[in-house]
Amino acid sequence: MSDTRLKVENISKQYRLGEVGTGTLSHDLNRYWYKIRGKEDPYSLVTEANNRTAKGSSGYVWAIDNVNFEVNEGEVLGIIGKNGAGKSTLLKILSKVTGPTKGKIIINGRIGSLLEVGTGMHPELTGKENIYLNGAILGMSKAEITSKLAEIIEFAGVEKYVDTPFKRYSSGMRVRLGFAVAAFLEPEILIVDEVLAVGDAEFQKKAIGKMKEISKEGGRTVLFVSHNMGSIKSLCNRCILLDSGRVTFDGDTDSCIRLYLNKNTAEINPNLLENKDRAGNGKLLFSNIRFYNEKKDEVSEIFSGGYLKLQIDYLLTETVNIEKLILAIGFQNDFAENIINFVTDEMGIVFPKSNSTKGTFVLEIPQLYLRGGRYTIRILAMEGGTNPENFLDELNSAGTLDVITSDFWGSGKTIRPGQFSFSNGNITLEEWKK
Amino acid sequence: MAEIHSTSIITPKKSLFSLNLKDVFRSKDLLFLFVKRDFVAVYKQTILGPLWFFIEPALTTIVFTVIFGTIAGISTGNTPPILFYLAGLTCWNYFADSFKKTSNTFIENQHIFGKVYFPRLITPLSIVISSLIKFGIQFLLFLSFYFYFYLFTDSGLEPNMTLLLIPYLIILIGLLGLGFGLIISSITTKYRDMRFLIQFGIQLWMYATPIIYPLNGIEGNLRTLVLINPVTSIVEAFKYGFFGEGEFNILYLAYSSLFTLIILLFGVVIFNKTEQNFMDTV
Repeated sequence: MSDTRLKVENISKQYRLGEVGTGTLSHDLNRYWYKIRGKEDPYSLVTEANNRTAKGSSGYVWAIDNVNFEVNEGEVLGIIGKNGAGKSTLLKILSKVTGPTKGKIIINGRIGSLLEVGTGMHPELTGKENIYLNGAILGMSKAEITSKLAEIIEFAGVEKYVDTPFKRYSSGMRVRLGFAVAAFLEPEILIVDEVLAVGDAEFQKKAIGKMKEISKEGGRTVLFVSHNMGSIKSLCNRCILLDSGRVTFDGDTDSCIRLYLNKNTAEINPNLLENKDRAGNGKLLFSNIRFYNEKKDEVSEIFSGGYLKLQIDYLLTETVNIEKLILAIGFQNDFAENIINFVTDEMGIVFPKSNSTKGTFVLEIPQLYLRGGRYTIRILAMEGGTNPENFLDELNSAGTLDVITSDFWGSGKTIRPGQFSFSNGNITLEEWKK
Repeated sequence: MAEIHSTSIITPKKSLFSLNLKDVFRSKDLLFLFVKRDFVAVYKQTILGPLWFFIEPALTTIVFTVIFGTIAGISTGNTPPILFYLAGLTCWNYFADSFKKTSNTFIENQHIFGKVYFPRLITPLSIVISSLIKFGIQFLLFLSFYFYFYLFTDSGLEPNMTLLLIPYLIILIGLLGLGFGLIISSITTKYRDMRFLIQFGIQLWMYATPIIYPLNGIEGNLRTLVLINPVTSIVEAFKYGFFGEGEFNILYLAYSSLFTLIILLFGVVIFNKTEQNFMDTV
């Protein structure tokens, strides 16, 4: 039986931009004047949608704009969106840290929020004292904490340090202790904001496991915000996508993530001709790079082990013997190390003779075995050899591709991020019609 | 299906008097943990620990005795100056602590308030209670001096039935400080100006209270002014109970009680109104 645990009706939240200062008092008085005459707040009319990149004129924005959704018992709802889409504001309103400007929220049950781990822990107090303090701040009674104390200490793995002041803890231990307390909260509705992005890989796994356990066995409702699509994918059975404070999608997790990832492509400047960081004699110039998934949607992120099609447009400024062209495409990690290289002469690929001055290289990879992380694409075109004098055009960062850790092996476990990967693919050339 | 403990509704405007005192009561464990934190954390890694609670008023009393008693020559009546100042200071410190520390509630705790919800009133309440513990320790210091003077010297101290009012007076001082603190803390979330005023305001207020002088030592308009001050009659009643000297007037005390009640109510209401949205302006 599913039961509505949380009902959000037309919630909006207005923020004032700039400093709170002299202007605030006059606006407050003006508001009050409108209010006693029974008129609508004058500033809610001029308030703009929240777009942080464009400068607004009114000084007020809607951080959350008319948001509606319901969450049922036992559901794990993921909330995704770009930075500044309003995710955290929404969670703050739900956890009563700040109030909405308009709308109504109905909550059935106790609500516990985890917008940060270890809130209110005091450096001078011991680990044990802090468990009590943090637990009580999160809404547990002293008796509840006492009954779970041993489990909490065990989960955090800090037995040795429970009587040591918190300030002597390593940052990892602090986070573990904070999360351990939160993990034993037992509200009907749990709100979690990106707190899993802390601690080492082992602890993250433990934390995700605990969250799954909470929602599955406890039948509790969880609202989860994260930028890590891998954990969203493995945890949530439903997702909402926020964009400029509005809900733009509400439905199954996979579609939601896909929609979100597609939206992000707009942020990459695909015009490679404007890229100044290049080498080579310039007879050939790379002009554009695009990534596609198997559905032919343009993307900037793919799942580990997923399909990827890379298209690189080029133009010729002088005659180049395409038959002698060697193309190299490299996927580099954060440390600029080549993780995967596709080099046409190594692969035995010879491009057909062509008289066209424009064309597109297409790299199709059915399964890209890259571990999770951000990769920079390096592209290099050479004519007749691999020495620097043969370089036609070289771009060290032609674009970036985010690879999202996923349950690649189908084992229920996600691949840990790492260095080495291996992949297989084919490069073909498509001529442009003049 | 899990048992549902409660249904709550979040809306933009809440009624002025929906004070959620039930929630405050439910969070009593948190209240005591906060008190413990405030009390324990201050003197961790000190050698003398809570002894510092004695040292602070003792030194101030000595300074007052020298400056106001000996140099300025302000009369303390038949009461030994040390005892007179100590009594006044003990009361005043409790009021000043309750007022000053609660007036910073929102600003000092914004990192916690910004991350998790609990009835915000818990924080100022915990401050008043931990200040009460500090008061208790200083009160012990006062009592030990008092008994010394009472038993071993011929100082003319006349303890009387007014002593029965002491617990009431102490509660009144704490609540008065709390009420003022709640109001100031609510204003400071938006306008920080008040913080500067409070810094020296409390200092000046002390001189408008009969701490270093007896109430019957002043006359005229000045006396009216001092009597308007709601702390005056409480401190005077406190001293009268122990020393049998000074002015104890049940009417003055009734005025202070009513004043405290109004300030406290007003403070709780305005605090409650502020707590919902203060994170946006603090």
